Formats: sequence, C-alpha cells, structure tokens
Amino acid sequence: MSAKEAVVKDRRNPMKVARGLGSSQSGVGHWWTQRVTAAALVLLGIWFVLTVLCLLHADYATARATVAKPWNALLLIAFVLTMFWHAVLGLQVVIEDYVHVRWKEVVLMVAIKFIAVLGALAGVLAVLRIALTP
Amino acid sequence: MAEFSLPKNSKIQPGKHYPAKDAKKPRTFRIYRWSPDDGQNPRIDTYEVDLAACGPMVLDALLKIKNEIDPTLTLRRSCREGICGSCAMNIDGTNTLACTCAIDSVAKGDVKIYPLPHMPVVKDLVPDLTHFYAQFASIKPWLRTQSPAPDKERLQSPEERKKLDGLYECILCACCSTSCPSYWWNGDKYLGPAILLQAYRWIVDSRDEATGERLDDLEDPFKLYRCHTIMNCTRTCPKGLNPAKAIAEIKKLMVERRSA
Repeated sequence: MSAKEAVVKDRRNPMKVARGLGSSQSGVGHWWTQRVTAAALVLLGIWFVLTVLCLLHADYATARATVAKPWNALLLIAFVLTMFWHAVLGLQVVIEDYVHVRWKEVVLMVAIKFIAVLGALAGVLAVLRIALTP
Repeated sequence: MAEFSLPKNSKIQPGKHYPAKDAKKPRTFRIYRWSPDDGQNPRIDTYEVDLAACGPMVLDALLKIKNEIDPTLTLRRSCREGICGSCAMNIDGTNTLACTCAIDSVAKGDVKIYPLPHMPVVKDLVPDLTHFYAQFASIKPWLRTQSPAPDKERLQSPEERKKLDGLYECILCACCSTSCPSYWWNGDKYLGPAILLQAYRWIVDSRDEATGERLDDLEDPFKLYRCHTIMNCTRTCPKGLNPAKAIAEIKKLMVERRSA
C-alpha cells in the first residue's frame, strides 16, 4: 500500500490517533505483582536449589520423605504457584509487546492462563499426593 | 507480529558516489537518501568531504555537502547549538544531534548517517514526527490548576524548583523515543521516553494541581508500562538527561497512590 492510499483510508487527526481509546486505568497491579512475585521467587528459589542439592545422590525413599515434610511441602507448593503466576505475568508482557493481531493476542493470552493454571494445579496435586499419602 | 525486516520498498540500494578533488583531509560520509517523488527505494549516497575546509561538527559537514556538493540533500536544522532539537538523526549508530556531534567522535571508518530509526520518512534525513508531537499534546504539557490564578507569579521554593532540573532541559528532539525498541514495536500506543519525561516534568511541578488526573491518564499497560527499563533512552540523550529515571518515578507514584 502506498503512502497516498494510506492517507485516504485514514482521515483521523493526529490527536485522535494519539489519544486512541484512552487510558485503561490498569497495569499498576500487574507491574507490582510481577515485582512481588519476583522477590518471593528469589527466596523460594534459593530454598528450592538448596533442597535439591541436599538430595543429590539420595535414593527415592529419602527424596520422597523430604518432600513429604510439612514445611517442605508447603514451600514447594508456594514455589510452584509463584513460579506459574510470575511466568504468566511475564509471558503476557511478551505477547503485548510483539503480537499485534488482535485475535492471535486474545487466543495466546487465554491459552497461557489455561496452561499456567493446569501446570500449577498439577504441581500442587503432585506435592499433595506425596505429602498426604502415608 | 512486530516486523523485524524492512518492507520491500524500504530495502536500501547502493547510491551515488561524490569523490572529493584535491582534498587535504578527506573524510567519507555515507548518508541515507529517499525521496517520496521518484518511486525509488532508499539508497546510501557516499560523499567525500575535505575536513580541512569544514567546521568540526557533523552538521557542518552536512551543510557543506548541501551547499557545495549536492543541494538535494534534505535535513532539518535551525539553532546549530543543541537547543532546538531539529537536527536529531542517527549518526554512527547512535541517535544524537548533528550540531553537537563532533565528526572526530566517529573514531574510525566512514561517518554513517540515517534518519531517526523506525519513523516514517518524509525525505532523506527528515522523519515524520506528527504522531510524536500529537502524543506530546495528549499529555497536556502546560500548568493546570483549580485554584484561582494569583495576582502575582506562582511561588516555588528553591527545593521545589530543583525537582525540575534534569527534566526542563528536554528539547523534544525525539532521540530517546526513537532509540527505544518498545517505542518501535508499540509506538502507536506507548508514549515513549520523551513524552513520559515531559509528563513527569508536570507531575512533579509544585505549582501544578492536576497530578492525579495526569497519573490517571498514564495508568495504562501500553501508554506507560511498555517501558521495560531497556535504558537506550538515557544512553542516547544528547542533553545528558535520564528519561528512564523519570519513568521509574512515575511507576513509583502509581504504586504510592494505591494499596500495596
């Protein structure tokens, strides 16, 4: 499409374009939650890595018993939930940045949320099964 | 998707070569050329300039080319001292002002000059800044008050005035906004570093009474939160300002006025 055709198709004033649909009055929650979950992941991540390091060369029964300890199970569930929450917030930013076809944007946005919820539920279920099975 | 390659009619072709005759101190300038009138793709023209008979700045060389070698070369310029922002362009890969950029600061190789990145080109080195200016107007860059106007000037303490330092110096040359990848991909909605720095200049002004409305207008995933602290803005600013910090301050105020 040449520049001349584009001009005919779009007769809006520059101000109409710049103001667009206005401000959505959102975004702060997303921004703040991304930072809070990031801070939580620093602490939970350190704990997780240390826990896994302690399990090096351990057998299955030891690993299972470690996960089943109440504090470990609790922190592991917190780690899984926070990780998926933070990941979905980050992926949302990537999609908003680069996907500019509206229907693709909506489909991807819903898809990452479904996948994250399923992933988080699967993680929680796995930990609970170990923690609650005698 | 965001476009990562140039459209067919924007691919750059080799251009003309203008050799210097009997130059004492020749330097080669490779300059982006495009005209809306001839239906051709953009090209890179090569000019050899005798620096022995030329001022020290890139703008001096551009004007020498326009005056003595090729009068069709099109560029914006006005004050030639870094205060009007007209001659903003991409020199040796960095957005800056041609008038305050010394030719010698391009250490080696040819001096490559392009228009500001990712903007529609009007001609040669002249970008179309219509949308940029409309975005500036959209933040209402003037003093807004509810209190009746005083009989005398509106007073400001030295401390309050100090908060405008590093903000009021912005000349709206658009170097920062056009260096920002977020502005490249989402410039239709994202306001970009220059306009957000200007918005913050009015948000922190002790005399302005529309702080809440200004924050309301910015509270948007695209207008404000496309900033991912890439920092190209601060790195490129020819006035040495820090738009990234201004944006961070706006984000802090957004959190401050709500429950954590």
